Amino acid sequence: MLEFFPFKKNIPFMSWGKVTTAISLVTFLFAIWALWDKGLNLGVDFTGGTVMEIHAGQPADLQAMRAVLEKTGLTEVSVQNFGTSRDVLIRLPNKGESNAAETSNRVMAALTATNPGLELKRVDFVGPQVGKELYDNGALALLVVAFGIMAYLAIRFEWRFALAGMLANMHDIVIILGVFAFFQWEFTLTVLAGVLAILGYSVNESVVVFDRIRENIRKMRGATIPEIIDDAITRTMSRTIITHGSTQIMVLSMLFFGGEALHNFALALTIGIMFGIYSSVLVASPLLLMFGVKREHFIKPVEKKEEAVV
Amino acid sequence: MNRFPLWKYVLIGITLVIAFLYTLPNFFGEVPAVQISPVRTTEKVDATLLGQVESSLKAASLGYQGVELAGNSIKVRLASTDLQIKAKDVLQNSLGERYTVALNLVSASPAWLSSIHALPMYLGLDLRGGVHFLLEVDMKAALEKSAIRYQNDFRTELRGDKIRYGAITRAGDAVTVHFATRDQRDAALNKLGTAFTDLVFTPEDQADGFTLTSRLKPQAETKVQEFALQQNITTLRNRVNELGVAEPVIQQQGTSRVVVQLPGVQDTAKAKDILGRTATLEIRMVDEQADPTAVQQGQPPFGDDIVTSRDGGKIAVKKDVVLTGDSITDASPGFDSTSGQAAVHVNLDSKGARIFKDVTRENVGKRMAILLIEKGVAEAITAPVIREEIGGGRVQITGMESAQEASDIALLLRAGALAAPMQIVEERTVGPSMGAENIRKGFHSNLWGFLAVSLFMAIYYRVFGLFSAIALAINGFFLIALLSMLQATLTLPGMAAIALTLGMAIDANVLINERIREELRNGATPQAAIHAGYERAWATILDSNLTTLIAGVALFWLGSGPVRGFAVVLCLGILTSMFSAVTVSRAMVNLTYGRQARLAKVSI
Repeated sequence: MLEFFPFKKNIPFMSWGKVTTAISLVTFLFAIWALWDKGLNLGVDFTGGTVMEIHAGQPADLQAMRAVLEKTGLTEVSVQNFGTSRDVLIRLPNKGESNAAETSNRVMAALTATNPGLELKRVDFVGPQVGKELYDNGALALLVVAFGIMAYLAIRFEWRFALAGMLANMHDIVIILGVFAFFQWEFTLTVLAGVLAILGYSVNESVVVFDRIRENIRKMRGATIPEIIDDAITRTMSRTIITHGSTQIMVLSMLFFGGEALHNFALALTIGIMFGIYSSVLVASPLLLMFGVKREHFIKPVEKKEEAVV
Repeated sequence: MNRFPLWKYVLIGITLVIAFLYTLPNFFGEVPAVQISPVRTTEKVDATLLGQVESSLKAASLGYQGVELAGNSIKVRLASTDLQIKAKDVLQNSLGERYTVALNLVSASPAWLSSIHALPMYLGLDLRGGVHFLLEVDMKAALEKSAIRYQNDFRTELRGDKIRYGAITRAGDAVTVHFATRDQRDAALNKLGTAFTDLVFTPEDQADGFTLTSRLKPQAETKVQEFALQQNITTLRNRVNELGVAEPVIQQQGTSRVVVQLPGVQDTAKAKDILGRTATLEIRMVDEQADPTAVQQGQPPFGDDIVTSRDGGKIAVKKDVVLTGDSITDASPGFDSTSGQAAVHVNLDSKGARIFKDVTRENVGKRMAILLIEKGVAEAITAPVIREEIGGGRVQITGMESAQEASDIALLLRAGALAAPMQIVEERTVGPSMGAENIRKGFHSNLWGFLAVSLFMAIYYRVFGLFSAIALAINGFFLIALLSMLQATLTLPGMAAIALTLGMAIDANVLINERIREELRNGATPQAAIHAGYERAWATILDSNLTTLIAGVALFWLGSGPVRGFAVVLCLGILTSMFSAVTVSRAMVNLTYGRQARLAKVSI
């Protein structure tokens, strides 16, 4: 039998509590700092504006393109290479014009006049109102998912589990956002979808550990709570690594084969999966301990039956 | 203990066959085709046109693979894209401008598959290329437009009752009438209050006189807005028909927005131009004195225009325009109360009603033509004879062949122009090469990821791993079959979601396999271990999938466009994975190991 984790004894995860809490705190604060200091590099979906992807027959002269566009009165244009030297990405902000939707036509007209043979591969134009709505809906979705999962955990387990699971996962989300802010990777709608999927996915991990903890509380009568938790984590370790490994294989496949469109999505998932393992094992469980989970929360005291006296 | 009753195997077998059948069309790919549909939604395609199409293709000696009548269009399958373009030119020339001939792709799957509605997945614009527009109707303008109409109507009503009034002013969608005395104001309130039940009137005493301010009631306001949106959608549909797009999507979104999706459109500048254009409607008198032979030869008499009528004949109409479509406030199909014939009831605003009354009084016995002007070409929808003076702004047009035609004409009358201005608030254009590239990338992400995971599972869990990998592949089939059946839109994020759900689906098998190993380690017999492994893992599988499902549902609810595609696939994938990973893999295990009463060893 091939086994990666043939642990015979429990690993004392709970005794590392101080170290892991310190690590979590540092990464968390780092993420908060990155978000606060640099902010997310929001994509056109959220800020509004125009993004165009153009394919040129030969390596594109970005300087010349910029000059041509500025001459036509399109200022604040960002022109850069995208993937290869023949692919060009042009970004224009919304400037409160009534005919903002026409911007892409103007750009194409100006560029093809000097460089015939340009191929327009993609245009995304988002009006300011729509961008704001997408942003609001995204934030709302994040809240709905967080509270939905918390409510589910509270019903299925107990409020301490719900709170611990949710905090651990919010910690993951903040770290994903922090990394995106730090590297100034573009945060798009697709990335947001990935972040939300990770929120649902990485709670799985906590659920599996919690399931074991609950089972152990009933089975391991003599053990202390930290021992019970250590046992639960050790026994699910192998499954944790294999499951996340499988998902990560798929995500890596997307990262390598999915092209630019899925690149940031796959990056968000990768960070989410990595921190998902860490947080559900080393953040959620210590938190659970901190909230003071007790045997009595799961085992009802045996009721004494009064026998009827005849 | 690890045996399924026969019916369970049969049931699983049936689901597998169905899944396979509905996945099948996706493997056949698509063939080039030419799609012929009428420019006007009122016209129908029938077997005659089908014959015409076939004969013109034969006349040009163009070989085609099949012709079919689907919905209100005809699709001609062709062997190559070269033939497709040739066929398009041939058909456009022979059929004329009444029909649009568009290039399209149709599924190459055999007819028996199409007959059980087994169709390939519906690809989103990011995969097939095309334009997506989100247009917002200016509802403030729609309300103001109706206020302007009321301004005129008030004038007519008050004048009719000889009530003296001062200025009638408008601020936004509120109309204020000024009066010199209170009595005049009260009389007007009485009169207008009964005539216009959609309005709320508030009388006010000002320092310099008395005023009466009207505003639309909330429900009337909603009605005006709904009407504006519906009319704009109808107009857009007519315009899109002119573009010659094979499968356009025009849908209402929310209360003030319209989504227009034009797959395969390359010239987005032209598309924007046409969507933004205005078509107009005019009512003119028919010139009865015109020489019929000259008219047939296309020589208009002085002061006339020659227009084509809907039956293909030519009519001479006066250049003077009696009314334009702006005067039409509503048009609805119905029946003539005396003859029972199909009719269209048209409502005119007060100014239009006054003009119409005068014109009909002076021209009893003559014909009046209703023209629709699109692309600068006028066509007479109908040219009825005026029987009597028509007052009150309610006009009934008869002479339609059927109730269907009446409702189509009512629609055309309403659809002539936009009810309120529209603005593009979102645009997503994907070039055709980009679409094909996205499909390739999405497919490769899935393929290589799947192979790597399967390989790993088979090595790590041996026979059970192989079962897990097969269950995973079956999950993929189920998912694709379900997407094909529902005809849900598949986008690039949707393809990413397929990959992600495949990666997450294996979790259920890992949970089960780990449980079995653990039971074996604790000394259980193989049969008992398999049984306990599946039973105990189930609760955990359910829990962990439900949390992801919560995320999926929230994303579907709040997401838009591509993200919605992601959410749909994520949710469906979770559901199919619970079936395939637990039930299908169990069936395989039971078939292999369940029959051996004294099983000494399992390969896990």
